[in-house]
Amino acid sequence: MPEPVLVELPPPGGKTPPARRPSAETLLRVEDVVKHFPIKRGILFKRQIGSVQAVEGVNLEVHRGETLGLVGETGCGKSTLARCITRLHPLTSGRVVFDGVDISRLSARQMRPYRRRLQMIFQDPYGSLNPRRRVGSIIGDPLAIHGVAESSERKRRVQELMETVGLNPEHYNRFPSEFSGGQRQRIGVARALALRPTLIVCDEPVSALDVSVQAQIINLLEDLQGEFGLTYVFIAHDLAVVEHVSDRVAVMYLGKVVELADTAELFGSPRHPYTAALLSASMVADPEKARSSHRVVLYGDVPSPINPPTGCRFHTRCPKAQSICSAEEPPLEMKPGDPPGHLTACHFPVQRGETLVGATPEFHQAAADFVATSQGTAAEGGG
Amino acid sequence: MSLLSVRDLTVSFPTSDGVVRAVRGLSFDVEAGRTLGIVGETGSGKSVTALSLLGLNPGADISGSALFEGRDLIAMKPDEIRRIRGAEIAMIFQDPLSSLHPYYRVGWQITEAIRTHTRVSRAQAMRQAVELLRLVSIPQPERRVQAFPHELSGGMRQRAMIAMALALRPKLLIADEPTTALDATVQAQLMELLGGMQRELGMAMIVITHDLGLVATVADTVLVMYAGRGAESADYQTIFRSPHHPYTRGLLASIPGATGSGGRLVPIVGQPPSLIRIPSGCAFHPRCPFAMDACVREQPTPAPVRGGEGHWSACWLPPDAVGVGADADNARRRYVASRRGPAALRLRGVAAAAAGGILHA
Repeated sequence: MPEPVLVELPPPGGKTPPARRPSAETLLRVEDVVKHFPIKRGILFKRQIGSVQAVEGVNLEVHRGETLGLVGETGCGKSTLARCITRLHPLTSGRVVFDGVDISRLSARQMRPYRRRLQMIFQDPYGSLNPRRRVGSIIGDPLAIHGVAESSERKRRVQELMETVGLNPEHYNRFPSEFSGGQRQRIGVARALALRPTLIVCDEPVSALDVSVQAQIINLLEDLQGEFGLTYVFIAHDLAVVEHVSDRVAVMYLGKVVELADTAELFGSPRHPYTAALLSASMVADPEKARSSHRVVLYGDVPSPINPPTGCRFHTRCPKAQSICSAEEPPLEMKPGDPPGHLTACHFPVQRGETLVGATPEFHQAAADFVATSQGTAAEGGG
Repeated sequence: MSLLSVRDLTVSFPTSDGVVRAVRGLSFDVEAGRTLGIVGETGSGKSVTALSLLGLNPGADISGSALFEGRDLIAMKPDEIRRIRGAEIAMIFQDPLSSLHPYYRVGWQITEAIRTHTRVSRAQAMRQAVELLRLVSIPQPERRVQAFPHELSGGMRQRAMIAMALALRPKLLIADEPTTALDATVQAQLMELLGGMQRELGMAMIVITHDLGLVATVADTVLVMYAGRGAESADYQTIFRSPHHPYTRGLLASIPGATGSGGRLVPIVGQPPSLIRIPSGCAFHPRCPFAMDACVREQPTPAPVRGGEGHWSACWLPPDAVGVGADADNARRRYVASRRGPAALRLRGVAAAAAGGILHA
């Protein structure tokens, strides 16, 4: 009897993904991209009464072979920007230059060859797969639509893809409902890979998955990047995930990029007060870090993108705001003392070693008042 | 005496597909003024546990006991538990949009809670509601008290729900995924708010979550659940520094930024099991890199381990097999190599194939 093979547990933090070196060559350039969604009123004669300014003048470069992380909170425009890049939304103005060609004004037919090279993975592994179609045809669709492979050849290619992403190729004829969340996300990955794309935009690819399954998908994406030389734009709200996968990170707030830097640089010394607050708010699964770190608590909510604040859009919640912040919009630029590539849009960037104060003492007063006043009512009640 | 003492809680739901055994013999304690974090994945039974404590699981078969200040919540009649629910034990839910009634104004919903349990006038209750909204940092509370839930943002809705839960100054607050639907900065606001309220009111909390980051931040004691059972429990430092159960250790290795991680993530192979067909022995054995024959045959009972005071784990590994580093894993591996029998080896073959990405069903 042959010696059975034991599963060897990889040492934690041991094996590193195959070395990949992002080149300095620009693959994708986003130039002054603006996306407004009109708000209309009226039944017969619709007139525009305003617009949601989802993305407002974003400039970004994505280098070949790198992972650019895009972070920000709900409504900051990161998903809209992703859809602008992949041309799922037409732009209001600006340009998206992919591999030297402006794709933002191409017709659907002209766009076709670029669609093959520009793919997307979506957040919801349940909503993004048609429940009535078999997995084989879902993954094979891109091949059929682009006329890449004949039907017999197509099946072979699809099964190859399924194997690449860690699915059993024998499950070719199953429906999406027969797969778990993690496996469905693998199906989404296989579909995105089918046409051998250059750039994949991943919009919250692991947010809907269980913790133990998240790591499987993150590792898969990393392996595929090494194997096929992929470039990723990776959107997530989980900062630990973004820090783990990204080479560079862009932080968005209300439709604008407020800070952009190499991952270690951004997480190590954030310069924009919003970035600092966001980083301090994220809860790391390490009790020492989680409890020792000084938390900058921002008050209030993100303002409405229909009527964004003047000047710097963050000034209404910024602990460092002064009068110039509401009057003049700060440009996204390199600040003195920062390494090249670290850009910040702020009049008063956070200094290295500076601690921001966000919490207001009013809360503690309010809490004390509440305890004092409700003491009576709680006691006299009962029953 | 603990504020809440749950012993051998078992909850199952008869369905047409079979009996869903959501909770299978769970025991834990919550001390007054302290926070217990219950961690687990989808289907680990953590939410069902909370709902069962409050009698909110109609149709379920529940056994075991849950002594709250000496009174057994499980044995209570509906009208008895109604007097406790809201007034002494309050709960906040993950999704504030579906747990606030869309038809009623926020103020009405808060005053309803107050007037159900205390004899106060409508106007007095409304004044309290305004104060509560102010307390949870909702701007312009006099105006917001008249708002409908849909007129508030997600963070504000969650704060309104916290206001409602705190209205009667409960001794225990159960927060089921309180911040999952919210952005990081709003999450920080809310946890600071809850922490502040806890200090002011001396309230105990059970925070149910899948987010180890949240647990690392707020919990005093942590209970890790898997397939309806407690896998491991310890104080928050021990659980992150010297976990015993391979599931806890696996969770820590699979999330970026956790204690002892770095470089490549190490996922747990496979998927959480179905609660209708729970694996034999230890429910985690098909996914466990340290499975032995005993694990397939026999369910381990919670036993003290050498991590710290009050640290227990339900696993057949020896009590000193704690820790996250490579050394700790090697020690576990050596022990397992000496104990691994033929059944576990066959099983390993399957897991090996799964890890290699060939078989993933």
